[in-house]
Amino acid sequence: MPPIFETPLYPYQRSPDQDGATPARHAVVVVGAGPVGLAAAIDLALHDIPVVVLDENDKVSFGSRAICFAKRPLEIFDRLGCGEPLVEKGVQWRLGKVFFRDSLIYGFDLLPEAGHKRPAFINLQQYYLESHLVKRVRQLQAQGKRIEIRGMNRVAGLKVEADHAALEVTTPEGGYGLEADWLIACDGAGSTVRSLMGLDFVGRAFEDNFLIADVTMDAEFPTERWFWFDPPFNKGQSALLHKQPDGVWRIDLQLGWNIDREHEKEPERVKARLKAMLGEGVEFKLEWVSIYTFQCRRMEKFRHGRVLFAGDSAHQVSPFGARGANSGIQDTDNLIWKLKLVRDGLAPDSLLDTYDDERVFAADENIRHSTRSTEFITPKSQASRAFRDAALDLAARFPFARPLVNSGRLSTPSVYDHSPLNGVDGPTLPPVARPGAPAPDAPLAKGWLLDRLGGRFQLLAIGMDAPPLDIEVVRLDASEALARRYLGDARAALYLLRPDQHVAARWTAYDEGKVRAALARAMGKG
Amino acid sequence: MAKLITTLHIDGADDFYAELIALHAERTREESEAINARLILLLCNHVGDRETLREAFTEARRDGAASLA
Repeated sequence: MPPIFETPLYPYQRSPDQDGATPARHAVVVVGAGPVGLAAAIDLALHDIPVVVLDENDKVSFGSRAICFAKRPLEIFDRLGCGEPLVEKGVQWRLGKVFFRDSLIYGFDLLPEAGHKRPAFINLQQYYLESHLVKRVRQLQAQGKRIEIRGMNRVAGLKVEADHAALEVTTPEGGYGLEADWLIACDGAGSTVRSLMGLDFVGRAFEDNFLIADVTMDAEFPTERWFWFDPPFNKGQSALLHKQPDGVWRIDLQLGWNIDREHEKEPERVKARLKAMLGEGVEFKLEWVSIYTFQCRRMEKFRHGRVLFAGDSAHQVSPFGARGANSGIQDTDNLIWKLKLVRDGLAPDSLLDTYDDERVFAADENIRHSTRSTEFITPKSQASRAFRDAALDLAARFPFARPLVNSGRLSTPSVYDHSPLNGVDGPTLPPVARPGAPAPDAPLAKGWLLDRLGGRFQLLAIGMDAPPLDIEVVRLDASEALARRYLGDARAALYLLRPDQHVAARWTAYDEGKVRAALARAMGKG
Repeated sequence: MAKLITTLHIDGADDFYAELIALHAERTREESEAINARLILLLCNHVGDRETLREAFTEARRDGAASLA
């Protein structure tokens, strides 16, 4: 059987749109069938918004690419109805080791907090994620949802009008025109949509090359994340070893700036490097090799009228910290419910500007973390390197220096502390569930809290009653687990939750006027 | 300056200074740089207070002799 990434998953099929006399108009067109585009499309279908996804290819992504998926995106995939197979297939890990030169300096345990349905991270090849998302699309189609993926459909032209976008699309059978009330660009760092609109994408480029290799081997390496600073087998550079499903290992080797990229990619050259790293006698097979450079940058605005950018098309980070795909999934989580309300005329158009507010804030946070990791891993000055080496040296002896060691600060969700959608905060309630934060999960007598939330506005009433409003009320007894995350010292609390499971406002007593005001505000009417 | 102590706070100033210089005796420039980096991290952690540290950074950034000239 050929590898999953060589099998067409959405082969080209002629669409009736290609034979129309005038361009067909669609509610939403998503450009790009990567993880972010597919998540957007599934979310739209769940909100009963018809969607067409265009992709210039017809397969899942080549090579493993993004491999580390964090708890929050897994919770989002649960809401989208496809979290379970991902977690089943993924490799769970929590232990890591840090090496400096030729010695192990310390090990760490992520010590994930108990009482959450999903683990802190799973490692999973991007092609598995994409294939499960495509399966979910097929399920939704079978249920009659209007969601369609058009493979080998490449966007070649774009004209953005006040109330729609007009696309020129090329296919193996020629071109056709297509119109979209809303266009979501999930077409990656080299976004065609962004280029066609002539929009900026500025930031900081890092002068470094990284060799990324997936190898299969039957070696006795544990399921841990191993990171080397300045190892003997890659002098002056860094290295990473991380396990994926199917006995595949991700190896990441920093190469420096002035290299011959073609030479470095030659299999014999790569094998020699890996032999030096893994030790003679370890049998391995190369599955995928790539050399990448990276930038930390974002678009100034993610919303341009009827065109919305999500994922790498809008922002790019270094790979340290797994903040690329993970943040892209959170973009669409933030966007789709807003688009639904605006499209249905239930919220003002300006609600979509808060997509910009909240996700630009998140992108800046991700860029800040990933830039700092990059500075630590690849110091840019002599002084920076001296402090980096000093921190590593001290970390072996003194625990105080370990938090200074930065081999990637792994993706955690942004808390939209300054969002214009946030309402009143009950000041005595625990900060972990403050307005702007994603609702923390908690075990219930049966199942999990987050499985009860999302997809619509809800009131979560813990240890109290709330009369039925025009939104659903989820009433729960104040268990110990709920109290710790939602009550603190209070006996009861009422939370207003957004469709993306983020907290909008919270109180310790019910007041209809206040709840209605907070709801209006969270819908962009405040 | 609110928190950073800028008056003499070390007993035996001459002895302290001699010990500091001895730390770098017969070291290459690179070795000294590494020692200084470790020393700064140890001391910063000992101080702990971020405001005090920022005040020290501000003073260290300033070239005192040049500003007097």
